[in-house]
Amino acid sequence: MTLLTALLIIGVLALIFGAILGYSAIKFKVEADPLVEQIDALLPQTQCGQCGYPGCKPYAQAIANGDEINKCPPGGDATIKNLADLMGVEPKPLDGDHGVEDVKKVAYIREAECIGCTKCIQACPVDAIIGASKQMHTVIIDECTGCDLCVAPCPVDCIDMVPVAPTTQTWQWELGKGVGDIPIKQVQ
Amino acid sequence: MIDVEQVITQLNQGQLFEYSGGVHPPQQKSLSNTTPINTIPEPEVLYIPVKQHIGTQGSICVTVGQHVAKGEALTQSSNPFAVPVHASTSGTIRAITPHPSAHPSGIPEMTVTLEPDGHAQWQLMPLLSDYMHLERITLLERICQAGISGLGGAGFPTHLKSNPQKPVECIIINGIECEPYITSDDRIMREHAWQIKQGIDILRHIIKPKHIIIAIEDNKPQALDALKTACLEDNGITITSVPTKYPSGGEKQLIQVLTGAEVPHDGLPIDIGCLMYNVGTCFAIADAVLHGKALVQRVVTLTGQALGHPQNVWALLGTPISHLLNIAEYEPSKQQAQKVIMGGPMMGFTVANDTVPVVKITNCLLVPDKQELPDIEDERACIRCGLCAEACPAGLLPQQLFWHSKAKEYDKAQAYNLDACIECGACAYVCPSEIPLVHYYRKAKTDIKHIALEKEKSEKARVRFETRQARLLADKQAREEKHRLAAEARKKSMDNKGNDAKDKIAAALARAKAKRAAAQNNSSTDSDK
Repeated sequence: MTLLTALLIIGVLALIFGAILGYSAIKFKVEADPLVEQIDALLPQTQCGQCGYPGCKPYAQAIANGDEINKCPPGGDATIKNLADLMGVEPKPLDGDHGVEDVKKVAYIREAECIGCTKCIQACPVDAIIGASKQMHTVIIDECTGCDLCVAPCPVDCIDMVPVAPTTQTWQWELGKGVGDIPIKQVQ
Repeated sequence: MIDVEQVITQLNQGQLFEYSGGVHPPQQKSLSNTTPINTIPEPEVLYIPVKQHIGTQGSICVTVGQHVAKGEALTQSSNPFAVPVHASTSGTIRAITPHPSAHPSGIPEMTVTLEPDGHAQWQLMPLLSDYMHLERITLLERICQAGISGLGGAGFPTHLKSNPQKPVECIIINGIECEPYITSDDRIMREHAWQIKQGIDILRHIIKPKHIIIAIEDNKPQALDALKTACLEDNGITITSVPTKYPSGGEKQLIQVLTGAEVPHDGLPIDIGCLMYNVGTCFAIADAVLHGKALVQRVVTLTGQALGHPQNVWALLGTPISHLLNIAEYEPSKQQAQKVIMGGPMMGFTVANDTVPVVKITNCLLVPDKQELPDIEDERACIRCGLCAEACPAGLLPQQLFWHSKAKEYDKAQAYNLDACIECGACAYVCPSEIPLVHYYRKAKTDIKHIALEKEKSEKARVRFETRQARLLADKQAREEKHRLAAEARKKSMDNKGNDAKDKIAAALARAKAKRAAAQNNSSTDSDK
């Protein structure tokens, strides 16, 4: 009798917990793999495809599945370091096969030469080029990620990648270069 | 929130509070504070940057070749964060091009080049002498239209500061001027105390605080006397002398000295019911409201051993530094290479070249000789003496910030509240290893800002990429759906047609059958015959 009661109680408990677990699995369902999201958040989102995947999200997926973390030239060493921290592996130098780290650039269309073929518009992964068929195209600089993908499709080679000039907002202090040095300390 | 009545009682009893840290560098004020503010001839050319404050720049509303009057607006905008800039004197606009900026980098920024015609013909705004009966919004608009942003150093638009969304217990007028060498506020208080008082009255009418405190460091007794005389019969104003210590003029430090309350590190003075104004800003407010004059000039201290005649001058905004150096009799032989510091020796920066203009926040040009401020020696290793932590007025741990900033471990630096650093330079001043600590903090801060900006941009790019992918997918699905529907329709119509054909065949067969039957009937009848 005692045995039966114990079995009964355990059985009922099992059913209750099962029901709670089953309910929470539906109620608190996590849609995507959170690791992929986390990796994706560290990638620079240029969508340039230099890693060999068609965008940052697919590369994030690949890293989650065990691909190397050093295939992202726009992110450079900083991104590799962050990825290594996240994945718990040793940082590696950037894989030269996929390109080298470069200064930040944006695309510039020489508008007088543009023939309005829309090929670059189709190539742009972030819709940063505006224009229409047989109309001049131009780049929205603020939206351009500098991915380079519009340069190759252009039949008249009218797209340049121009380095972004620093402004007083984005300028970085250089130590001991004599520019903007602060005097402190030497007050006698 | 501070209890203003208690604070006033304490101030009247002479009780002040202390903040931890701070340093006592040599004052060097007597170099420049003995002569009255000099009115100087106009320069041959003025370079007026279109943005001289924190916020957004307006759009330029003048053209090259246009003649402008003194005080005429050069930019305009409906953005509340935009403050216009004005022609500092009458003359002709010669160019609107980038020009080296009054920024540590010297990166060229959009600048209006003005050639004075020598007449200094004013275009005044209507006087608002009867301001006591005017709406506060009218006065705020005037302060904005006159181009006034904080003249103490940060350059925050004054009309925004004067329109707080929280109750204001007290306004603090900052006449501390704690940085060595600088005497521009000292001189303006001594010579224009009445107009500063008028500016304070206007602010009082706009903001309606419970009380006003004027704080002046005790190394400026004449300024203290002048303001005491000006405010003699005003019970709503308390004038306090504050012990000399650097950086007591920092906003948060001064509030702590006067009230004993600390501004939260991620908050603003208004969070505890205070607003702070520089004395020069008060002077400019009175100029704008009572005299209709836009902000076109400010007091600049010209000082340092390499100047033959250190002094304070009224400099038109946009005056190139070279003009001021000539006036103060710059002696190049006393320097190895030309080195001019904009701001004071603690927080200033070396300017890019001598065509850089005076802007709204330029309070001092320091031109030191060889011995006065030798160039930075090689820094030595940190010996962990802890002097910097004792000197830090913000209560931070400069050593830790230094390690983490140097190693680019920015998350750790932020965990030690790097953003609470006011970059006063006290830590670097006391460092026996001559480590330029503030340099590292500034670099780390700009890096952090840069990373945040990049992060924001990449987030935007990600959203745009995903939106585009979704759109392409939706387009593809829509196309496939259309094809599928078309194919179905075709098939259906084909099926229908097929049925028709069968029907027709059946009908034809039936007709043939009937014909044949009829023929047979006929023949049988015939055979019956």
